[in-house]
Amino acid sequence: MKSAILVFPGINRERDMARALRLVSGRQPAMVWHAETSLPEGTDLVVVPGGFSYGDYLRCGAIAARAPVMDAVRAFASRGGLVLGVCNGFQILCESGLLPGILMRNARLKFICHDVHLRVERSDTPFTRGYNAGQVIRVPVAHGEGNYAADEETVRRLEGEGRVLYRYCSPSGEIGDTHNINGAAQSIAGIINERGNVLGMMPHPENHVEDVMGCTDGRGLFAGLVAHLERAA
Amino acid sequence: MNKPLRSNEPSITPELVVSHGLKPDEYERILELLGRTPTFTELGIFSAMWNEHCSYKSSRVHLRGLPTKAPWVIQGPGENAGVIDIGDGQAVVFKMESHNHPSYIEPYQGATTGVGGILRDVFTMGARPIACLNALSFGDPSHPKTRHLVSGVVAGVGGYGNSFGVPTVGGQVRFHTRYDGNILVNAMAVGLADADKIFYAAASGVNMPIVYLGSKTGRDGIHGATMASAEFDDDSEEKRPTVQVGDPFAEKLLLEACLEIMAKGCVVAIQDMGAAGLTCSAVEMGAKGDLGVDLDLDSVPTRETGMSAYEMMLSESQERMLMVLKPEKEKEAEAIFRKWGLDFAIVGTTTPSKRFVVKHGGDVMADLPIKELESEAPLYDRPHVPSPQLPVVHARDVAPPLPVTDALEKLIATPELCSKRWVWEQYDHVIGGNTVQRPGGDAAVVRVLDGPKGLALTVDVTPRYCEADPYQGGKQAVAEAWRNITAVGGRPLAITDNLNFGNPERPENMGQFVGCLKGISEACTALDFPVVSGNVSLYNETNGRGILPTPSIGGVGLLDDFTKSASLAFKAEGHPILLIGETQGWLGQSVYLRDVCGREEGAPPPVDLVAERRNGDVVRGMIHAGTATAVHDVSDGGLLVALAEMAMASGIGAVLDAAPEAIVPHAWWFGEDQARYIVTVHENDLLSVFTKLRAVGVPCVQIGLTGGREIAIAAERAVAVKALQHGFESWLPDYMAGKG
Repeated sequence: MKSAILVFPGINRERDMARALRLVSGRQPAMVWHAETSLPEGTDLVVVPGGFSYGDYLRCGAIAARAPVMDAVRAFASRGGLVLGVCNGFQILCESGLLPGILMRNARLKFICHDVHLRVERSDTPFTRGYNAGQVIRVPVAHGEGNYAADEETVRRLEGEGRVLYRYCSPSGEIGDTHNINGAAQSIAGIINERGNVLGMMPHPENHVEDVMGCTDGRGLFAGLVAHLERAA
Repeated sequence: MNKPLRSNEPSITPELVVSHGLKPDEYERILELLGRTPTFTELGIFSAMWNEHCSYKSSRVHLRGLPTKAPWVIQGPGENAGVIDIGDGQAVVFKMESHNHPSYIEPYQGATTGVGGILRDVFTMGARPIACLNALSFGDPSHPKTRHLVSGVVAGVGGYGNSFGVPTVGGQVRFHTRYDGNILVNAMAVGLADADKIFYAAASGVNMPIVYLGSKTGRDGIHGATMASAEFDDDSEEKRPTVQVGDPFAEKLLLEACLEIMAKGCVVAIQDMGAAGLTCSAVEMGAKGDLGVDLDLDSVPTRETGMSAYEMMLSESQERMLMVLKPEKEKEAEAIFRKWGLDFAIVGTTTPSKRFVVKHGGDVMADLPIKELESEAPLYDRPHVPSPQLPVVHARDVAPPLPVTDALEKLIATPELCSKRWVWEQYDHVIGGNTVQRPGGDAAVVRVLDGPKGLALTVDVTPRYCEADPYQGGKQAVAEAWRNITAVGGRPLAITDNLNFGNPERPENMGQFVGCLKGISEACTALDFPVVSGNVSLYNETNGRGILPTPSIGGVGLLDDFTKSASLAFKAEGHPILLIGETQGWLGQSVYLRDVCGREEGAPPPVDLVAERRNGDVVRGMIHAGTATAVHDVSDGGLLVALAEMAMASGIGAVLDAAPEAIVPHAWWFGEDQARYIVTVHENDLLSVFTKLRAVGVPCVQIGLTGGREIAIAAERAVAVKALQHGFESWLPDYMAGKG
């Protein structure tokens, strides 16, 4: 797996992501500066990491979505390349038109940092093949604006086409208002695009990949990507 | 040398001198030094350099007595932050600093700039910040401003750290009516650097370019440091324009750009612009390097047009740095700053003259002797009187108003002892992927890079002890930090102290300061736990009423293997529970006496530093040997509160023996005797542990067994762990939601 992590000014979880990719894939990812106009040769996974690009002073992700490197990412995605956006990365992918909808301020208006449980809705995608459908995983969130919203038609399509991959849930997998930490439509934590090659999610699987840190539930996402790309190669 | 008055500057009047916070004798000193009347800009510069906040003029004579040395100390107090050696060529850089006055006036921005300032202190020295902590003191929950201040400060601390990208891993939050008009916001930052690549403020070499880096200079924060050096009154809120505005995004860029130019070898000396901005940073760089500095203000990047020399010299705009550059690296350094979208301007040079010369629009606006400006600030040995000794409260004279477990349920849901989850869940405490032990334990544990080393980090002080007996309270603050690091298995290495007190011109306040420092000194010496950095905040007083003396102690310890750290949660059922350390049942100044009996009185528990060290070394040894399955230090609330915390963290209850006959039960369960730990062990290690502890003379008794879903004490009503958790977790969110 040859992955590239995009670096925008104000991004701050790029090191966490690089460590997770290195630990799971055994390869050091390339760090790609936002002013670049192309991706490194042979890139097969683009990751847009978390943080506060441009301080999130405008709508989250809105400025980063217009950076030069995003044209290369759009071209890469249109050729079927895999793109993963986490947290601010999810917001950037929505703002750049690669994913539908938007992330609004958390319903309770406060920044939230704690572990959450996610239900993996299907396992037949490159982003979830490391898990079983219906499996519950535990990963941290750390965001102030993770409340996923889209118009009714879009949400209906996402559901109808099975494009919701991760949903906030209880430790035993129930969905409901008490577990929907930020008020997201349909408890959505992560979605894919129509073609199924672009995932955006709010939680941070990259922070739960090591045994010594107490939980490895995030590992499956990366391990699944590695397996998918190895099979494709 | 007589200088013409600048036509565009006001003339110096006695009123103007007073409004700059300079006392008559201080102004006399200035006249003597200069041999003439200062210009308006010069007056501003003196007020910035000689205020309490920057000059430590009331505290310095006493700070000299603190122990600051140990073989592992690379840099003690006097630089931007302290530096300690943690082996393998790595160094930890850390400091704590207050942002009290601004946070009361404008809580969100006051807190953000407090965090921003301390982060800058750490990365100025070449370290990448890896953790933040804080100690927050608010007024009584019933005070009309408290909710607003808690909400704003917590959002501000999070708003800055989360965006900057550093995990906020620990701290303290307390409420007391004595902070009603003066809240405390103490922020600590910890960074990691290569031990041989630490950067300092002292300039070297003549005619070297002085470079301005970071954000532009605006009219914000002018006289911030002077404000922080005066008492508050009813009109304090009019001082709002002196509060700066934080920009964590700019700081993140500044961090990356600074670390990049440092790695490329461009930097001779570097200093952040904190309190008193350009003035303080330029003077310190020159004075520490025995050099003069010429500044040309026409080159300073400004946010607004028409700024005067006075305004530029006193602005406290955030996210700025001053650097002495290697001349041959100018182009390379500039390219790095441009890449990060930051300002980069050569604003001056070093000179051999030892004078601080400021030019603006072709005029010389200030021409001052730089060494005197930095070090000849008046020094005061202010009168101080010791605090009166309070009588010891005897447990037998305290009638218990509630049965033991009722009292426990009440205590666990008080503002003092309740869970602070509502606060720390607004801080990103996992970014970096290195947070081994999250907030809520004795000390946070943060992995160093990819391990195996880890750092144990904590902030501690018990202000009610310091008020009742400054000397014992000072000792206790240090001892508790040492104990908390020990309780996770860390070897305590050094502290940073953030000394918050009232108006030093009152002898009783100065007495508290002197007493606390004596206690801190003794404890640091006895525990080999030197002070490597710190900050003093005086004048925390409104209309003559001062805060509780609050010397916050930030401690750093080292674990050779972070995977062997201990935590407070019970690990399994059937583990014997041991109480290590001696219990007399000390109720004076306990939370029980105050919050259950309604009596805030008596002498606080004495601290026996020999017992502290002996007991702590034994507990750490048990953690390293793998015999301790759970460890918690016994502090606020006493033994039963500590046990409840261990149960709530795990969901596992405990079956406990009745109090020993020699001690009345409420004193046994809620007394706050020091130097104590609760440790659980495997059943089959019990005998060998007892044998070992007896051999080294450490008091140890088994008080029960883990198990069940209740805290069950012989002959007392059992209380469900779930019920305790409910009370523990509810108070703060309910309060903030306006319920109850």
